[in-house]
Amino acid sequence: MAELLKVENLKKHFPLQKGFLDNLFAKEKRFVRAVDGVSFSIRKGETLGLVGESGCGKTTTGRLVLRLLEPTSGKVIYGGKSIFSYSKEEMRRLRRNMQVIFQDPFASLSPRMTIGEAIGHPLKIHGLAHGKDAERKVMDLMEKVGLEPASFLYHKYPHQVSGGQRQRVVIARALVTNPEFVVADEPIAMADVSVRSMILELLIRLKQEFDLTYLFITHDLATSKYICDRVAIMYLGKIVEIGPLKEVFSKPVHPYTSTLLAAVPVPDPKFRRTHPIPKGEIPSAINPPSGCRFHPRCHRASADCSREEPPLREVGEEHWVACNLRGQW
Amino acid sequence: MNTILEIRNLHVHFPINIGTVRAVQGVDLELRQGEVMGLVGESGCGKSTLGFSILRLLRPPGEIVEGEILYHGRDLARMEEKELLSLRGNNISMIFQDPLSSLNPLFRIDEQFIETIKTHDPQISKQEAFDKAAQVLESLGISPERLLEYPHQMSGGMRQRIMIGMALVLDPDLLIADEPTTSLDVIVEAQFLDLLNELRKQYDLTILLITHNLGVVAQLADRITVMYGGTIAETGDTCSIFDNPLHPYTQGLLASIPNIKLDQPELHTMEGAPPDLVDPPPGCVFHPRCPRVMDVCKKESPKNFRKDGRIVRCWLYG
Repeated sequence: MAELLKVENLKKHFPLQKGFLDNLFAKEKRFVRAVDGVSFSIRKGETLGLVGESGCGKTTTGRLVLRLLEPTSGKVIYGGKSIFSYSKEEMRRLRRNMQVIFQDPFASLSPRMTIGEAIGHPLKIHGLAHGKDAERKVMDLMEKVGLEPASFLYHKYPHQVSGGQRQRVVIARALVTNPEFVVADEPIAMADVSVRSMILELLIRLKQEFDLTYLFITHDLATSKYICDRVAIMYLGKIVEIGPLKEVFSKPVHPYTSTLLAAVPVPDPKFRRTHPIPKGEIPSAINPPSGCRFHPRCHRASADCSREEPPLREVGEEHWVACNLRGQW
Repeated sequence: MNTILEIRNLHVHFPINIGTVRAVQGVDLELRQGEVMGLVGESGCGKSTLGFSILRLLRPPGEIVEGEILYHGRDLARMEEKELLSLRGNNISMIFQDPLSSLNPLFRIDEQFIETIKTHDPQISKQEAFDKAAQVLESLGISPERLLEYPHQMSGGMRQRIMIGMALVLDPDLLIADEPTTSLDVIVEAQFLDLLNELRKQYDLTILLITHNLGVVAQLADRITVMYGGTIAETGDTCSIFDNPLHPYTQGLLASIPNIKLDQPELHTMEGAPPDLVDPPPGCVFHPRCPRVMDVCKKESPKNFRKDGRIVRCWLYG
């Protein structure tokens, strides 16, 4: 399969706001290393999951890939060159091909636009269709995402429909320009269990129908299992393990991955967790630990781990792990 | 086992401009001494309202219009406010979803602890109250020095542990935990569940665990009550509900949760949306979405039927 998009050593450091006294005493400028050297590629037609706990940099990575943020350094190569060197005109065309679905369907929709207007808005912006033609296109799409009867819902406002329907509106709006790549940032985190499975099924069906490629950002490992082909586990701004979902989930190599998988509460009362859960929480991304960033919490850590920062190394077919031990314990 | 709390035919209404939201419609629930009862359901099913009404902490215009809440035989629904005040914290405590909004950002943790303790026991000295707080924190695995910090200096998981510390400092016998792990990340959530499991033994607690996360109840609860549209669909012990759900809603709910350990290729989806509680459907509230709907379901509300030691509110078992 052809590569659609390639991320190379992407970094984003947010400067910390300094107070008056800090300026006065010329304290050193500090940064939050939200994304600190991330590389991966996405093939056409696949779903890559970007999984991690809050604050690991997964959302920042997603925003960088869409160029909603400018990076500190690194490249996102799409169509032969880095999108950060695209001209304004090139960016406009790129926006059509790269779309996004955010977590909160309440905040993503203008309360002053009807559902039909909201979905049709990108057509207007990109000059793809007008008038009756646009309306027909929107109605068509509404039916495809399950917003039925379309002619009735077209004139409704977001507050008049349920949360699940609102998320369908957001999805339809993302697809109306016929993109090839969609970043879905926690698209089902706000939904209830029964709505969640419906939205997930819809995303899977639309991927086939529209020939899409997804970057699926989530903190929910159990859900990612149903949609992702490959998965990248992030910790403190870095990818610690990346590989085919089945392999990573059944044979995790990085101690962080296995901890994360073990911590997910299993909906089976007979199941009891045996894997040790580390104490403490994610350290600060301002002063990340030296060497391997997971070493202070790792139950396998040796003295080397605090000194040497492990690079991603191949441990199986397409399965890469950033751990000094590489599963050899 | 002794019954510690018994709710009988509870109705809670919220009169609003477009009508009355019937948030809880005739709920019966029994909590036994020392058990963890998981109260599960989707948003808007009335589970939190039920939790809040036990301590009579409903926000206006919410009110209990009918029913009894018997705590060791005393009816909390009709108790004088003054009497209720002495029960809150001392006997029944509550922790909430968001620990940041439950702690006062302007006061140090020790001051908040001391205030809580002194409100319930004005005789106690500041030093004694401080020592008491330090002792509770130690049992939660937090060093007592952290009492001198402000809430913003702590991580989310730490704050949630402080909250449970405050709930336990007065040594209650009933703890109502409303979505206690929802704002936590999965590793911190696992730590917190382990902690809760230890504390229940150490403090001899009965816990009402309100959550939408079926994974959490499976790991912690002895029994489960499933709520839907302001009513109880089914009550039973955790294993039998997971093994053999009786109510069609429970069946649908369990089939639609992702399980990281199972090799299920796709998830079940439930058609439709939860009912509008201003104008709930006639008969069984679940009938418009029920795959096994019968004529009687559309007309008459089901009663609590007993089957295999469980209570299920569905005409299939009538």
